[in-house]
Parts: sequence; C-alpha cells; structure tokens
Amino acid sequence: MSARTVSGIVKALALAAAFVLPAFAATTATGPAPAFKLSARGGKSVDLTQFKGQVVMINFWASWCKPCRDEMPLLEDIYKKYKPMGFTMLGVNVEPETKDAEAWLGKLPKPVTFPIAFDVDSKVSKLYKVETMPSTVIVDRKGNVRVLHRGYKTGDENVYLTQIRSLLKE
Amino acid sequence: MRIRGLFVLGALAFVATGCSSIEPWVKPYDRENLADPIMVFTRAPISQDFLDHVFESREGSRGATGGGGGGCGCN
Amino acid sequence: MRRLFVAITCLGFAGVAGAGVLPEDRADVLYFRYDGGGVTIDGPSMLVRKSIGEHVSVAANYYIDMVSSASVDVETSASPYKDERTQGSLSVDFLHGKSTYSVGYVNSDESDYQAKTLFAALSHDMFGDLTTISLSYKQGQNDVFRNVKTDGVVANDPAFQEEMESKGYSVGVSQIITKNLVLSGQYEVITDEGWLNSPYRSVRFFIGQDQQGQQPEQYPNTRSSNAASIRAKYFLPYRAAIDGMYRFYTDTWGVVGHTAELGYVHPLDMAWAGGNWIFEGRVRYYRQTAADFYMDIFPRADFSNFMARDKELATYNAITAGVGTTYEFKIERFPWLTKGQINFRYDHMMVNYDDFRDARYSLGSFGTLPEDPLAPGTEPLYELRANIYQLYFSAFF
Repeated sequence: MSARTVSGIVKALALAAAFVLPAFAATTATGPAPAFKLSARGGKSVDLTQFKGQVVMINFWASWCKPCRDEMPLLEDIYKKYKPMGFTMLGVNVEPETKDAEAWLGKLPKPVTFPIAFDVDSKVSKLYKVETMPSTVIVDRKGNVRVLHRGYKTGDENVYLTQIRSLLKE
Repeated sequence: MRIRGLFVLGALAFVATGCSSIEPWVKPYDRENLADPIMVFTRAPISQDFLDHVFESREGSRGATGGGGGGCGCN
Repeated sequence: MRRLFVAITCLGFAGVAGAGVLPEDRADVLYFRYDGGGVTIDGPSMLVRKSIGEHVSVAANYYIDMVSSASVDVETSASPYKDERTQGSLSVDFLHGKSTYSVGYVNSDESDYQAKTLFAALSHDMFGDLTTISLSYKQGQNDVFRNVKTDGVVANDPAFQEEMESKGYSVGVSQIITKNLVLSGQYEVITDEGWLNSPYRSVRFFIGQDQQGQQPEQYPNTRSSNAASIRAKYFLPYRAAIDGMYRFYTDTWGVVGHTAELGYVHPLDMAWAGGNWIFEGRVRYYRQTAADFYMDIFPRADFSNFMARDKELATYNAITAGVGTTYEFKIERFPWLTKGQINFRYDHMMVNYDDFRDARYSLGSFGTLPEDPLAPGTEPLYELRANIYQLYFSAFF
C-alpha cells in the first residue's frame, strides 16, 4: 500500500476525529431537583421530599442495559458505606413493565437494599431529562442537583465517592 | 477519489451539527426492544461472513452488505 | 479457483456493533459445507474477539475452504481438482467517546491465488444515539498464478504470474425510526484494476453452423462497481423480529443485480428447560442481467475485444431459502461464560440461468463426448441446486 494512500486514510480519520465531540461523562447541573413520587419495590412508595436533609444519589437504570447491571453492586456498596452519614441511594427503574427488573433483582447474588422506584410511564425520566442509560444525579442536602453523570464505565464509582464525600461535608 | 471521501466526511459532519434543532424522538429509556439481542442485524458474524462469501463467489454483485446501529445506546 | 472477494468478507468482519459501544467478547467455531453443481466446499472457521480494557477490542479469524470441484465449467474444459484456501485476518477496534475506529488485515492463500487486504473504518453515534454514520476504506493486492499438471504433479506455471488491485469505499447510515424499528442504508464503490479473469476458463464460439471451438476468455483490465442497499428490522410485540433488505448493483461491465431478502427471527425463552431457543427463517431472491461482453456462445472466434462465458456474469435468477436454530444455555460451573450457543443452519439455493447453457450435452464431461451430442447452442439452459450446511458453537464471555 503506497505512502500516499496511508496518509490519505490518516487524514480522513483525523478530519473525522476533529468533528467528533468527546462524550463528556459528567457535567455540573444546577437548580432544584424536580419533585416526584413513585411506587417502589416491596409495595412501598417513594417521595423525593422525604429525603430532604440527606445527600441523594438517583440512578436511572433498566434491566436490559448492561452498564446499568454492572454498576448495581457498586451502588449497593456506596449505599452501605455512606448511609450512616446522611446519604441515600435511590434507584429509578425506567421500564414500562416491572417484571423483568424484579426478576433480575431477585436473582442477584448480592441483594440490593436501597429503595428502587418504578417509573413505568417515564414521567420522572423526562423530568430529569435522562439522555443516557444509565444516568446518575446527585442531589445535595438542600434539594439541589449538583452532579449529572452520564453512562457508566469501570472506575466511575471512584468519582462518585469523591463527589458524595464533598457533598456530605456541607 | 480521496477528495470525494473527505468531502463526504465534511458533509456528514455539517449535517451532524445542524441536527441540534430537532430533539431525538426515541429516548434512551425507551430502547428496551432495540436493545434485545434478536434485534441486531447480524447475530453471528462468522456465519454471515461465510454466507456473504458464498453469494459473492457465485454472483456478479458485490458490496453494500454490512449493517449496524440500533442497539441499546448505553453509555 | 478465483476468489476475488476476500476483502468483502473482512468488511463484514469489521462489523459495526453500534459505534459508542465495543462489540461483545466472543469465540465462535463453525463447520460449513457447500454442496452443489458438482462442487463441494467444506471447512472450519474460527473467530475470537476480546476486549482489552475499556477502549480496545481485537478480533482474529482463521478460515479454511477445502474445495473439491467438478463444476460444469470444469467438466467441459478441464479435469476435476481439489484445492485448499486458507484465510487469516486480524482487526482492532478503538472506542473513543461515541466513535469507533477500526483497522484490519486479511490474508488469503491458495495454490494459485494470493490476496492481501487492508481496511480501515470509522463509525460514529450521534443525535441522541439514534443515528450511526459509518465510513470505510479497503485496499487489496492480489497475485494470480496458474496451476498446470506435469507428469501427474500439479504446480504453478512459472511462465504465468499476474496481479490485480482492488479499492473500495463505503458510507453507511443507520437510523432508529421508532422504539421498534431501525433502518440502515449503505453505498459502496469498488474498483478493480489488473488481471481480472480466470486463467482456466474459456469461451466458446460457432465454427460454421453446428460446430464449436473454444478460446481463453478476455476481460477488461478495470472494473468499477456501485452498490446501494437498504435494510430494516422491526420488533414484533410478542417478541420476535422481522427484517428485510434490498440492494441495487451496477458496474462498468454492464452487470445489473437486484437482491432482496426477507427474514424472521423467533425466540422461545425456556429457562425452565435449561436454555432458550431461537428460530430463524430467511428467503433471498437475486436477479442479474449479464455483462456486456458475456455470451454463452459467440458467433465466431475473436468476436470482440472482451469475451466472457463465466456463469457468474450471465443473466439469471436465484432463490435461496434457509432455516436456522440456536440453542442458548448457561453453565453454572463456568460463571465467566455469559452464555453459550449451539447453532445449526441449512440453506437451499436454486439458480436458473437464462443465457448459460449446459455445454456438457455437446462437449461431454472431462473430455469424453456424450453418446448423442447436441448441436452447440441447443443445449438446455443450466440450473444449479446447492445445499449449504452450517454448524457452529458460540461462547460469550
């Protein structure tokens, strides 16, 4: 293959790369977290206002989404670690039918103990402008959205820990 | 040929930036069916490649046999 | 045997799994068998794909075709032969944000043909991950030899060596239309240059009213083609999928091809029985009109600059119908195995030629004339029936 062809390919790819915006994993969102009330696992119901005064991490997930499934046990660890310090984890499942999510949660080797709410008609997902699966929002003690994290990649849980710690100090 | 290729790239990038005025109409939380493994265009590349090769060896046509996209849209 | 299509195989191989996510890790082993028209081809193919870290995925494929050929072309002009083609390929995908960059190399070797292909591809997810754009480029360098039999030994004719070069560009767009429907379009241009015919094939021509002679085929030394395809896949509410595809093809040799395919995939979750089943059915229709310089029998020797009698360039239609089953399972003892699959697929191909005649009726078989040879040009039109079997195991991890 001639040098000209190779340089042509490289130039084409570089040009393409220049137009590609790198996916940013976290942005600093602002404003009060929209209120909502949803039915939750175990027949209970969940209302965001009941967590005022605590740092809340809301994780939007679905059982068909692999990164969401990979993230779940790590979220459980974070919940157990920081719960005594005024932190709560809230999972919001976005599937229109709850049976797949319930089945998957039931089969986990390490059960999930934090509340899981079911957003069956995607009302809350729309409210929070969920753009990626999974999406994670961290709300501070005053009820304001402080962090929006899109997607999940190995190592993101460390970023969460740092952010939660700094919000707990407030 | 190379210039044409770069032009195509440039045109596509231009289209990409202009798309921000229309909102994506299928939300990521609505992609359950699209993420189903049966919805992938090629379930087994090893089998599809073999069949593509069988057809190409016997036909005068070639090209435009690939397919991708759809899927879970995660991350 | 001519295998000019190695590069196409590797492009399917490059695969676009969805630009913002790496393709899943897997290992596949396939045994295939093609039986039809006097030709038997079988062999293994193995594929392994593994991701390294979060951004890189590597795939390697090793494939062997064992050909035993007594096709209608071979019967009327040569002797039956056996050959083996070995193909190895390696590709790497890099994931960066919503883009995947791929590069790869394919090497194909048989006793009289060597093909080397390099490819590069880029795909990018945009517009809320509803749209995927793909671009690719491939370049192939092929060496053509000719086998001759001397004293019962088959070897390359030292006086014959030719080359050809192939370049291909493709652009594709995949678009999610609704929660249940995805559409994909692709346009591909391929240009070949060099020695494009077969060193073994001949054309035939009339001598007088009812005699025939043969001379080697003559092809142009360039060929440029365009193909445009569109495919759709729709999710049915009871959990099944239906898909369709259409491709339009033209080239500078005058070949026009229409391909249409319809498929149906139906899964049956039977976790209580230890695994799941997936059933698949497919029908493919292909219609082609002949190359400008193709004729079954030319009016006289040296009729035109370019002459071909390759049935691949004839006018014909073909229907291929196939069914497949997959059994999916998990093994408790191997938690690293996300799922395992046993797959079987059978396809039946029926080809009816409009302007290619079965010359065995006049020329005989392997040099032996038939009892009652037919006059050239009056032989029945040729029909090909083939059975294709595939058995493959897939492991996902």
